[in-house]
Amino acid sequence: MKTTLQSKSASRFLAWAGLILLVLFALYYPKSVDKQNIWNLFFLICLQITLGQSWNILGGFAGQTSLGHAAFFGIGALVTRTLWLNGQPFLLAFALGGLTSVVFALVIGLPTFRLRGAYFAIGTLGVAEVMRITVGQNVPYISTMPGLMIANYDLPARYHLALGLAIATVATAYLLLRSPWSLGILAVREDEEAAQATGVHVLRHKLLALALSSLFTGLAGGTFAYQQISYYPSAPFSPAWTFDALLITFIGGQGTLMGPVIGAIFFVVVREKLSVNLVDVHQVIFGILFILIVLIFPGGLVEAWERLKKLIFRKEEKHVPISQ
Amino acid sequence: MSIATFLQTLVFGLFTGGIYGVAAIGLALVFGVMKMLNIAHGELVMLGGYVSFWVFSAYGMDPFISLLIVIPALFILGLILDRSVYRHIVRLLGEEKIKNSMLVSFGLTLVLQNLAQWLFTADERSIQVAYAGDGFNIFGVLLPYTRLATLAIALVAILGLNYFLHKTYPGKAILATAEDFESAELAGININRIYMMTFALGASLAAIAGTFVTVTYGLSPSIGIIWTLKALIVIVLAGTGSILGAFPAGILLGVVEALSGAFVNPSYREVIGLVIFILVLIVRPQGLFARR
Repeated sequence: MKTTLQSKSASRFLAWAGLILLVLFALYYPKSVDKQNIWNLFFLICLQITLGQSWNILGGFAGQTSLGHAAFFGIGALVTRTLWLNGQPFLLAFALGGLTSVVFALVIGLPTFRLRGAYFAIGTLGVAEVMRITVGQNVPYISTMPGLMIANYDLPARYHLALGLAIATVATAYLLLRSPWSLGILAVREDEEAAQATGVHVLRHKLLALALSSLFTGLAGGTFAYQQISYYPSAPFSPAWTFDALLITFIGGQGTLMGPVIGAIFFVVVREKLSVNLVDVHQVIFGILFILIVLIFPGGLVEAWERLKKLIFRKEEKHVPISQ
Repeated sequence: MSIATFLQTLVFGLFTGGIYGVAAIGLALVFGVMKMLNIAHGELVMLGGYVSFWVFSAYGMDPFISLLIVIPALFILGLILDRSVYRHIVRLLGEEKIKNSMLVSFGLTLVLQNLAQWLFTADERSIQVAYAGDGFNIFGVLLPYTRLATLAIALVAILGLNYFLHKTYPGKAILATAEDFESAELAGININRIYMMTFALGASLAAIAGTFVTVTYGLSPSIGIIWTLKALIVIVLAGTGSILGAFPAGILLGVVEALSGAFVNPSYREVIGLVIFILVLIVRPQGLFARR
């Protein structure tokens, strides 16, 4: 698994240039086209980058599998939407949505992280499902923005919020990997007992990764609540959101910084194509793809690219003596 | 609340708990022997329900008799799934195995649910037998025949499983593999075959639960994850490594849910299981998964 950021300065320069180009493209391309479906497509990509990257911070870096990221996403959406539509300023509602999701995450994380194995995964899966059912029973009616809000609806503003959040999430993951905390977090993933033995506070590192992960997932939920004109309050709790995050992380490459970004772009674009032609079965195709990636190619696209690079590089080396 | 109402609630909790127990014991068997956590267990419950529904609507066969078809059907599906998917995970070790089994079976959940939605549509279905409303009435406590039949069949299945595991050669081989797969292999047990048989048995138990669900509640492609969750909570509740202990734990969850539904707002009934889950972890964490 590649998580180290050491490489030659030239390739690092290229990576930065590529990243800046990508951001500039994301900023200006939708504006130049200015079509609703493009704004929506880019919005979705950014939302999924945030979801994938925040799953990756916990699952890929710290090695703690969450099967209920929909819980954090849904709680963020629920709190943000409720406060916002009841007259609170959006940014306050947005921040509180993220914080509530962190609190929920810590309530599950504290008892389950002390134990090894699958408890945390079951706990998150449980919270997501129970919240979906309970919210569905208690708030069964569709939540729609008031008329005045719809009249002043500004899709580009929604997109820029999602873009900003996606950049913030990736930047946080980057800074986390550069920080001294990263050694502890990666050590917990590789071997919990060995990490404990060398003096790493395992629980604290797990909780840090969980807090960051649930914060950004909750904020992504808030962005969803801000963008959707009407939706059922239980919809953001659907296990499909968890699955999207998992799939994106694994397609791109779990435990890598750019994996979720590449995975999200690939996933959203391919899904848009598939859902036009194969409405019913595109979820089945993604499910099978996910199983195959986990079983056969756990490194994802990033590892595929690394291997390809190595292959080309080696070939060039072989060619050098011949050309001389 | 009168005594009759209380008893009625209790009895229905018992019936529901019987279904939880059967659903959970299949999952506990697979976890205990293969050390894999099969999140797609609820999807097997759902598919079992569909088989029994189609047998009922095509041939008018009584759902309890149709178990003779449903169980073998899911047994074969279990063999196929084990061969095609789970075979690749079962040879991994420790944490890696649990993690990958969760991920893969989570993906399988999506595949099976969407396949079912595609093949059977999202319509809610159920089986209404002619004697659905009938039952014994003892001092104002109603005991419907269908519910009594589910509990009786559940008990027979559990006792049968108990006999199979402890008294027959293949059953003992399964328990030996659960105890220590390396020693079992050294002793000449073909553990690949044991794993295959265990998974198929787990699927058969899910088939029984699925038939019960179709008779008592309703059936739709999305119920799978709910039953996975119930089974998981029951397993955590059951604690120790005992596979058969999942049945009484299931009964307990059913009763607690029914009583809390009667005393607290019923729309929060689902929360109870989760609260129990977290409380058990805080107070008594040496659950099933703690076993090495």
